[in-house]
Amino acid sequence: MEISKIKRCYQEIKFIPLNQRQNVKVGVIVFPGSNCDRDMYHVLTDVFKLKAEFFWHEKNLPKNIDAVVLPGGFSYGDRLRAGVIAAHSPIISDVKKLSEKGIPILGVCNGFQILVESGLLPGVLLKNESLNFMCEWTNLIVNNNKTPFTRKLKINQKIPIPIANGEGRYFVDNKTLSQLKKNNQIVFSYENKVNGSISQIAGVCNSDENVVGMMPHPERASEKEINQIDHKPSSLIFESLIESVGMKN
Amino acid sequence: MSFQEHEQLHIKKNVKRKLTDTELQILAAEWSEHCSYKSSKQHLKMLPTTGPNVIVEKGYDSGVLDVGDGYVVTVHIESHNHPSAVEPFGGAATGVGGVIRDILSAGTRPIALFDGLRFGNIENDVHARWLFKNVVAGIANYGNCLGIPTIGGEVEFDTCYKNYALVDVAAVGFGKKSKLIKNHANPGDLVLLIGGATGRDGVGGSQFASDMLEGENRSAVQIPDPFIEKLIIEAILEARDAKCINAMKDLGGGGLSCAISETAESLGIGIELDVKNVHLRESDLSPDEIMISESQERMLIITNPKKLSKITQICDKFRIQCSVIGKVKKDKMMHVKKGKKTLALLPADFVARGPLIDRKKSKPKYLSKLSSSPKLKNKKSLSNVLLELLASPNIASKHWVFRQYDHEVGIRTVIKPGFDGSVLRLDNGKSLSVKIDGNPKHCYLNPRQGAIGCFEEACRNVVCTGATPIGMVDHLQFGNPEDPEIFWTFMESIEGITDFAKSLNIPCVGGKVSFYNETSDGPIKPTPLIGVLGLIEKSPLIPTSPSKNDVILLVGQTKDELGGSEYYEYVHNFIGGTAPQVDVSESKKNMKSILSLISKNLVKIAHDCSKGGLAIGISELCIFGKIGCTVDLHTISALSPEKTLFSESHSRYILVIEKKNLKFTKMLLSKNKCSFSELGKFSGDQIIFESDSKPILKLRVDKAENNYLNSLEKIIQNG
Repeated sequence: MEISKIKRCYQEIKFIPLNQRQNVKVGVIVFPGSNCDRDMYHVLTDVFKLKAEFFWHEKNLPKNIDAVVLPGGFSYGDRLRAGVIAAHSPIISDVKKLSEKGIPILGVCNGFQILVESGLLPGVLLKNESLNFMCEWTNLIVNNNKTPFTRKLKINQKIPIPIANGEGRYFVDNKTLSQLKKNNQIVFSYENKVNGSISQIAGVCNSDENVVGMMPHPERASEKEINQIDHKPSSLIFESLIESVGMKN
Repeated sequence: MSFQEHEQLHIKKNVKRKLTDTELQILAAEWSEHCSYKSSKQHLKMLPTTGPNVIVEKGYDSGVLDVGDGYVVTVHIESHNHPSAVEPFGGAATGVGGVIRDILSAGTRPIALFDGLRFGNIENDVHARWLFKNVVAGIANYGNCLGIPTIGGEVEFDTCYKNYALVDVAAVGFGKKSKLIKNHANPGDLVLLIGGATGRDGVGGSQFASDMLEGENRSAVQIPDPFIEKLIIEAILEARDAKCINAMKDLGGGGLSCAISETAESLGIGIELDVKNVHLRESDLSPDEIMISESQERMLIITNPKKLSKITQICDKFRIQCSVIGKVKKDKMMHVKKGKKTLALLPADFVARGPLIDRKKSKPKYLSKLSSSPKLKNKKSLSNVLLELLASPNIASKHWVFRQYDHEVGIRTVIKPGFDGSVLRLDNGKSLSVKIDGNPKHCYLNPRQGAIGCFEEACRNVVCTGATPIGMVDHLQFGNPEDPEIFWTFMESIEGITDFAKSLNIPCVGGKVSFYNETSDGPIKPTPLIGVLGLIEKSPLIPTSPSKNDVILLVGQTKDELGGSEYYEYVHNFIGGTAPQVDVSESKKNMKSILSLISKNLVKIAHDCSKGGLAIGISELCIFGKIGCTVDLHTISALSPEKTLFSESHSRYILVIEKKNLKFTKMLLSKNKCSFSELGKFSGDQIIFESDSKPILKLRVDKAENNYLNSLEKIIQNG
């Protein structure tokens, strides 16, 4: 990683200096068919200097873990419905226990679909309105900056970030939608109409705000080399996590 | 299944007994054109295959290039034309799967896919549209699921592909040099079959692909399962890290017959296998079917018996099947048994090295009948011609296609698809630029120069990103090689490619030949496809939007070479004229100069000038930057404005230069004796071309953008 970026991270994070970040342990869950697990691991470790560990879906999660990420991919080849089989993996019961303890949990793309299918997050993800897989750069708008993954972002801040999914159209019934709005559970929405999501929702959280799911990929937008528009807003998702975990410790 | 006379003689001479049915099936699969390269093998030897970066090991199905710091890049190209023409979704998907396993078998992780797709005229042919949509969906479905980004390629439409499809897939892998599989085997080693179960799909696929496409033999098309492929990739890489793999080969065309005989032959060993041990999808498969089934997602592995439990453990983790199907012997024989009964027993090299054929060639008669220039009737305004070309399927943006491919996964994609060469970052701080190019319209008029042109165009594209070409792959696609006129076009192409590769010192690290690409409507136009890999030591040139007063330079000469151009063929429906020719010394000089300008940070954008000519190249820059320009054609050539605008002459680069860098840039170009001209600059909201200071073409950028970006999707939506 370039020196300037290390310096910048170092200045911004008060609670966990770079040399102590190795004490923060993030679990990256790997399901059969996960394919963004290594990308997520790279960003957590090489870019943000955290300690990350892969956990195969049949393993248990340690109790002292600081955060859990469910990465994107095609768990079980999207058979039946995206995320539905993985939601029954043995490791999910550990994820549920950790979520009850308030541990930050992030699901990205297929990870979001799995969180929804396992009941940790409300709603469902349907086929995109285009009926096609869509890989595109979009702008996200931050709607809730109280979650452990958005605390360093500003309300209405724009995040240039790519989506890549076939089933990314978020849907809930009207009653749940008004509940989500009332509880401030809509974390991200798309600036423009992208895939037909209800209220252009791109990411939501649970009522305790520690479990966040999002369709776009922050791990693909947090490095300058691969995000030539602006990588800083997306980086703040990871820096928020570092700050949250630091405050707890 | 039938053997030709010389093949029957070859059998008689080498085997002094009647062949068993299984042996006949094995030989028919392995000696098919598809597997044995019987028409082309002796000619492919002319291609230069060595170079400072090339790593050669026995039994590799992919080319290996050293990119420094202990890392290697692997590359391979394949096609799946016949299957895709019959069952486009499955045919294209399994084409992706096959080439990925070739990358995997060297012990490297696949990191990118590229595909070259060709169909009939989608504007008026519903079937062509159906093929196009489903091929794209098949590629997307497979590549996306695996998490391998599809980051580039090309799509072209021509009536010569009516009722047919060319689906070419190139894959690139990356890994540590120390982890490359050094294919070897010792007597007593075990032969394992890992992955999908063997079924009746793809039985006889290689013979199906070695004949004209007449019927719709769907059973010869394989069934894709990207989820199993993903598990295989992870399992194999884990087994590689655990040093469990002595040798490895993908099961592709010819199935087990081909994999067993070729592995045994290349390693100089014998293999004895029992078909009873092969895990099956259908229990009643006959031994012959087991030997020639082309079921997908299967890998052959040779391992030491001591490592078997480790491999079984890894396969169990990923829940993929693994069977010990045989063992390595000293005798160099391919021995197929069912229980105690021997079904086939032949020398491996006899099976793997099918007898070659010397094909006759003769210059096609059509070439002398082509007229040299079109009768250009109903003259349209140049602005309308430009609008029409921008919306034409061959030129319009392929955003609708690559939007369906996950081109970001793997987080290596620095330059995204849609511009010139795509660029991937590598773990050692260097970057890799890759581009594939073909041009059947040019190749039809001049097979030799057309093929060289594709090669040069691919080189230009990687050069535009700041990369130096380090290797190439070629995929040579033609009609029936038994027709001397078609074989002549094949020979012209390969000789042209060889000459150019030698003069630029770019080694050929892989390739494929595909014949019999024809339907009852006739053969395809010669369609060689060239993929070029370029290495960027420092950082790539990432195009940023041109701004007001940035200057446009054209490097290279614009000649009267409109044969096969989109202007002649699409606008005037005329096939003929002089196709572009590459001047090797100009080509070299321009490449070197562009790379030197980029390394000195003098260039804002370097854009390849090719399909549609200068008019399209400049329009693309204006659309990209959402800014107009004024260009004076007078400075370029003495040709008529139409010819200057739409000629597709090679070795040309459009450069966007900031004003402060102009003087130095021009000085360096003059010093290198490059021909170049200063065309004009960016400003306003219209694309304006002038001749003798009078505007001859004016087009609003937003109008151009609308035609360029949306027309392909509109055609698709119409059915």
